[in-house]
Amino acid sequence: MKEIDRREFLKRMGVGAAAAGAVMATGCDSRKNPVTGTTSPLGPIPKDAMTYRVNPKTGDKVSLLGYGCMRWPTLPEDDKTLDQEMINRLVDTAIEHGVNYFDTSPAYCKGKSEGATGIALSRHPRDSYFIATKLSNFSPSTWSREASLAMYHNSFKELRTDYIDYMLLHGVGMGDDGMETLRARYIDNGVLDFLLKEREAGRIRNLGFSYHGDIKVFDYLLSRHDEFKWDFVQIQMNYLDWHHAREINPRNTDASYLYGELEKRGIPAVIMEPLLGGRLSKVHDHVVARLKQREPDRSVASWAFRYAGTPAGVLTVLSGMTYMEHLEDNLRTYAPLKPLTPEETEYLYATADIMVQFPTIPCNDCKYCMPCPYGLDIPGILTHYNKCVNQGNVPESAQAANYREARRAFLVGYDRSVPRLRQADHCIGCGQCNPHCPQNIDIPAEMQRIDRFVEHLKQGTL
Amino acid sequence: MLRKIRIALALLFWIGITLLFLDFTGTVHFWLGWMAKIQFLPAVMALNFIVVIFLVALTLIFGRVYCSVICPLGVMQDAVARLGRMGRRNKNKYGYSPALSLLRYGFLALLAVSVILGLGSLAALLAPYSTYGRIVSALVAPVYLWGNNLLAALAERMDSYAFYEREIWIVSLPVILTAAGAFALIAVLAWRNGRTWCNTVCPVGTLLGILSRYSLLAPVIDTSKCNGCGLCSRRCKGACIDSRNHAIDYSRCVACMDCIDTCHQGAISYTRRRTKTIPETPETSRRGFMALVGAMAGTAALRGEEKIVDGGLAVILDKKTPVRKTRVVPPGAVSLRHLASRCTACQLCVSACPNGVLRPSTDVMTFMQPESSYERGYCRPECTKCSEVCPAGAILKISREEKSSVQIGHAVWIRSNCVPLTDGVECGNCARHCPAGAIVMVPSDPSDETSVKIPVVNDERCIGCGACENLCPSRPFSAIYVEGHENHRVI
Repeated sequence: MKEIDRREFLKRMGVGAAAAGAVMATGCDSRKNPVTGTTSPLGPIPKDAMTYRVNPKTGDKVSLLGYGCMRWPTLPEDDKTLDQEMINRLVDTAIEHGVNYFDTSPAYCKGKSEGATGIALSRHPRDSYFIATKLSNFSPSTWSREASLAMYHNSFKELRTDYIDYMLLHGVGMGDDGMETLRARYIDNGVLDFLLKEREAGRIRNLGFSYHGDIKVFDYLLSRHDEFKWDFVQIQMNYLDWHHAREINPRNTDASYLYGELEKRGIPAVIMEPLLGGRLSKVHDHVVARLKQREPDRSVASWAFRYAGTPAGVLTVLSGMTYMEHLEDNLRTYAPLKPLTPEETEYLYATADIMVQFPTIPCNDCKYCMPCPYGLDIPGILTHYNKCVNQGNVPESAQAANYREARRAFLVGYDRSVPRLRQADHCIGCGQCNPHCPQNIDIPAEMQRIDRFVEHLKQGTL
Repeated sequence: MLRKIRIALALLFWIGITLLFLDFTGTVHFWLGWMAKIQFLPAVMALNFIVVIFLVALTLIFGRVYCSVICPLGVMQDAVARLGRMGRRNKNKYGYSPALSLLRYGFLALLAVSVILGLGSLAALLAPYSTYGRIVSALVAPVYLWGNNLLAALAERMDSYAFYEREIWIVSLPVILTAAGAFALIAVLAWRNGRTWCNTVCPVGTLLGILSRYSLLAPVIDTSKCNGCGLCSRRCKGACIDSRNHAIDYSRCVACMDCIDTCHQGAISYTRRRTKTIPETPETSRRGFMALVGAMAGTAALRGEEKIVDGGLAVILDKKTPVRKTRVVPPGAVSLRHLASRCTACQLCVSACPNGVLRPSTDVMTFMQPESSYERGYCRPECTKCSEVCPAGAILKISREEKSSVQIGHAVWIRSNCVPLTDGVECGNCARHCPAGAIVMVPSDPSDETSVKIPVVNDERCIGCGACENLCPSRPFSAIYVEGHENHRVI
């Protein structure tokens, strides 16, 4: 038997005592027991761990999580008024945890987003955050130089600032004819030239554009990069659109191409729709199970955010966080970012391959199509339809195993989520919504398709 | 014992029929629809001889048990009378009064004349079952729907689809007022004197009374046991026991059996009628008690602003009822005349209509009888509810297939309201939703194939269902509406 010297003996005793102590501690001190105690099992969100990316031109350290101000909460009792108190709390929490990029527009939240964002931000030192806003002259009545400039100047007033950190041409590529619309909104009326001068004057620190739709417009603007010197470009990127955007809608372009073009030119990418308006978190049960089994304690959404934040050319990832829980979940994802491994990325692409097999309609509930002049609640109808697809409540025939329950869930849920007068059967097909849809959904066609499906359910002729 | 059986059966019928008017899912009707079909006046109107013969036989054997068990208005009066008695120390407060024969037979004659002349609205006011139907559908149904909507709201929170919300709307103010008036009058009479309505006004009661005079079984006073206390007379809600003379007016007795249990001497028994015997006295005392509660209560052209910012919902104006030259009545009603002459205005079809199409008429000649209008919905191709529930044969039973080929009216286009012409946008919503394929979109300018398209109606194929009128985007008045047909045609 080996001799134990005194020192070794004491060491062993110490380990034993420590172990016993640890057992005692977990056994008796409920505060350290995450199940029964007062400490949340999730633990606090770190305040100093946010991942930052550097803007190569200005050297701005931009938080990887950017706050999208398109989905601000409304008062619980009045869905027309923004809940300023809650917005202030959300902004305070975000800044406290290192978020410093806030993206808004004169069009968001029925035109009330800039004002609300301005109020919340002005309570903090101006150099502690970056403001991004847009020249959202979508309506033909605002295409004139005067009207566009009035919109531009009004943004300064609403946002209570004398300079804009990130200014964007809003949604170029949209409209019936993308190039035509681009010329009418920004080129022919001299608005782009004006914005370039404003950048020289320092009132705009970075100039870029956000892009949806017609790829010709994207290529055209990048082809003149030497002239315009885009400081950043905002694109839609997520693991579904990376390879499948075109497949889902032939009028759209895969994000792999968009990001590749920017990377080639060293232009930082701002990512929008990383979660597709929740479509990548409200997924089919199969997909939830698939992602949860790999990381049971992380949200389904966190995968999408890690995906969007992983490429080095991404400056910030925008998320329109309505609820504190969204914000907290995203803060956990980005403070700090745990980049996806190549294997995990492949896993997400495989997940995307499964997702495209479910016939959801790619609506992100952005409400750009609203108000419909004939009173329809377009996003409400599409969201209900998608929800039913993901829950397996869109039966293919009356012989389907769950036909009766699915029929009831679809029809009763339809009346609950959309008032009868705003349902798809009232779509007259005027098509006024279509040019506004950033996802290029043929809205009247989808309305009429859903209406036919509803008629089949009601008449029992499926 | 007999009295308890009577009360149990009466409750069963009363609750069942009430549910028929309240239930909007169709399940109750599947099981209990027959309860409406065995009502006397609707069965007469439907020329349903089997039911009529059954009820006549029933009365000839048992007396007017129809009035105390099957008739919901009768049972409702018993419930009200019970409440009326509960508050008082002396629960036996009624008394014998002679029959008001002139009034009774007067009302019966009035009903007969109005049915023969086809004055449905007058007959409807006297018909007991219909009066009850209107009271429930106008006064109780809104409360029931509120309760349902409360449950639906709870279910929604729990993500359950067990309950769904139903819109509550005031179907017709005149009908509500009529129902409220009838309820107030009948309730006051019942509260004070029991079955006054049944024995003075109700023509069905009078008619069955003629038969029950000769019924095989009836309550009989054994004069040998009777001590002449008069308790039975004071307890009789039909006011038909003349205890002093030991005589019962069987034409007004509704066979409620209350007197049998009331008599301490056991002098009254429900049996074949016999001649008198000599009196004697044993002693019994009994009390029955039961509580009934009858709860009653009462119950958005949008061409939007130019889109500059995102979100929001356009204002939707409510549709308004167009003035129709000929009213529209549902398939199965055969013709305006057929409906008017058969309908007892019980509102069962109005309660059953899941699409908000049927509502009671406010016209004097067809007062409270159903008619169709399409502001809230249209006569959907898969629905034949009203034809299934009608107990009076006013709306005859039809199948879905038959319905799709019955022309109840035809669509009429109103150029000045049509959205393609007023707003310059594509529409065609009427053509898209026409279940009969009767509407075709054609260029508004015949010489220009590319001009905006307007609807044209093929009258031969149109069935008048109102899908076009209901789904037309033009508000408050649609650009296409339905004109009714006097006689429905099969195409």
